[in-house]
Amino acid sequence: MTTLSATALPAGPYAGALGANATHTKEHAMETRKEPAKASAPSDTTQQAAAMRAFFAKVLPPILGLALLIGLWHLATAKGGSIPTPAQTWEAAAKLFADPFYRNGPNDQGIGWNILSSLQRVAIGFGFAALVGIPAGFLLGRFALLSSIVNPIISLLRPVSPLAWLPIGLLVFKRADPAATWTIFICSIWPMIMNTAQGVQRVPQDYLNVARVLNLSEWKIVTKILFPSVLPYMLTGIRLSIGTAWLVIVAAEMLTGGVGIGFWVWDEWNNLKVEHIIIAIFIIGIVGLILEQLLVFLAKQLRTEA
Amino acid sequence: MEKFVSIENVGMTFDTKKGKFVALRDVNLGIRQGEFVSLIGHSGCGKSTLLNLIAGLTLPTTGAMICAGREIPGPGPERAVVFQNHSLLPWLTCFENVYLAVERVFSETETRVQLKARTQSVLELVGLAHAMHKYPGEISGGMKQRVGIARALAMEPKVLLMDEPFGALDALTRARLQDELMAICEKTQATTVMVTHDVDEAVLLSDRIVMMTNGPAATIGEVLEVKLPRPRDRLSLTQNADYMAYRSAVIEFLYTKQSHPLAA
Repeated sequence: MTTLSATALPAGPYAGALGANATHTKEHAMETRKEPAKASAPSDTTQQAAAMRAFFAKVLPPILGLALLIGLWHLATAKGGSIPTPAQTWEAAAKLFADPFYRNGPNDQGIGWNILSSLQRVAIGFGFAALVGIPAGFLLGRFALLSSIVNPIISLLRPVSPLAWLPIGLLVFKRADPAATWTIFICSIWPMIMNTAQGVQRVPQDYLNVARVLNLSEWKIVTKILFPSVLPYMLTGIRLSIGTAWLVIVAAEMLTGGVGIGFWVWDEWNNLKVEHIIIAIFIIGIVGLILEQLLVFLAKQLRTEA
Repeated sequence: MEKFVSIENVGMTFDTKKGKFVALRDVNLGIRQGEFVSLIGHSGCGKSTLLNLIAGLTLPTTGAMICAGREIPGPGPERAVVFQNHSLLPWLTCFENVYLAVERVFSETETRVQLKARTQSVLELVGLAHAMHKYPGEISGGMKQRVGIARALAMEPKVLLMDEPFGALDALTRARLQDELMAICEKTQATTVMVTHDVDEAVLLSDRIVMMTNGPAATIGEVLEVKLPRPRDRLSLTQNADYMAYRSAVIEFLYTKQSHPLAA
């Protein structure tokens, strides 16, 4: 490999003469991508190799990490025991996802239905929280007196586990399903209120001075200045909320039963299908990751630079 | 002298954590219609405070501020401000930023088409017709400042207030914008108050230069009438004896009579 970089290095006047070598370089680069440091040479084809290197530098470490996790899991479970091996789990997952949308009565439904019902509960609870929390945050941020009245209440209630609210939900709604949604509402609303209010308080004074000099109406101030400048804070609140909501729904469904990924985990524990529990852990993680990434993407789309 | 803006015995005291801070005291100044006045002084001398008082963004603790025969009740579009850091709304295009101001001032008397034409013509005035649909993040600092000036001019204010409008720009861009500003003021006959710390800028642009003493408790030290004929040309002024005399008068005030404050 050292001879390769030596011949490819002097570009410029010799570039034509090295043309034959250039195709070589590409092939070598492909073969030797695990040792990227040696394939460095400034010519057209090696630029491709450089792009390739950058790509692998980004993709390889995460793959390595996952491989390490599965390797350790395999080592820990290969000798037998109650935890299934990666291979057994994979087989079970293949079987499970072969028919994700079957229905055999209310307590035996496909994994797809379980995920969707959980997502639906999160969406409803979260939606109501946004509907209440964002306007509330605006009011708290805009009016200091209101904020000093309500802040102690929020400080008191915010650290309470949303599951503590589940009995209240059961009492009020008389049914398990809205009670689970209710816990999602409770856990989602705090980050939304707090972040929106903080965003409103942090609107740059310069923008507010512009509003004052132009003598804008309150409506224009809200739509043209407050809302756009609070938007990034709101999205942070939404991201935090959805993260917690997804954490809480699993626990809430374990308690309420019905259809849902949390209930499913508990059901599979009762059936002692441990590989299904491990699959559920992966599913919950992946869905959470997707939700998070969606919101990060959305935030990037909406970002404006001064 | 017929005073269009009148500042009478104005004092400004701020309440801070360390107690009262007297920023300005006994400020008396009259500004004629169509006049270009510069406020110059070392940093911390309260020149921006004085500008904010004229803008109505802050109200004086003592004394009276009068504009066009009325006491200044608060900020308003008849006293437009060009902010130091342009203060454009980054989520609106240059056109929309200016339109927001135009709409506020003229929407009751004009149609949307007229409002848009107005916005367009003021952006053309500052030489930004080609970039008016870009966002502030996509244009240079000089262009942003021009949009800021366009936004202020678009309101057809009685008084144009500028807080170090060219402070953040490089020397070449600054010179070009100063020339443009002179041309615009000539054309619109706007009454203008500008805060600056640049002696050449003050002499080049102003009819009068208001020199302020060092803070705290700053006030007006001297007022220099600049009787250079208009239109002024920066190139020929460099050889002009009067120009040099005005320049050294300001420098003498700033560096001899009001030598640099210790904690600058």
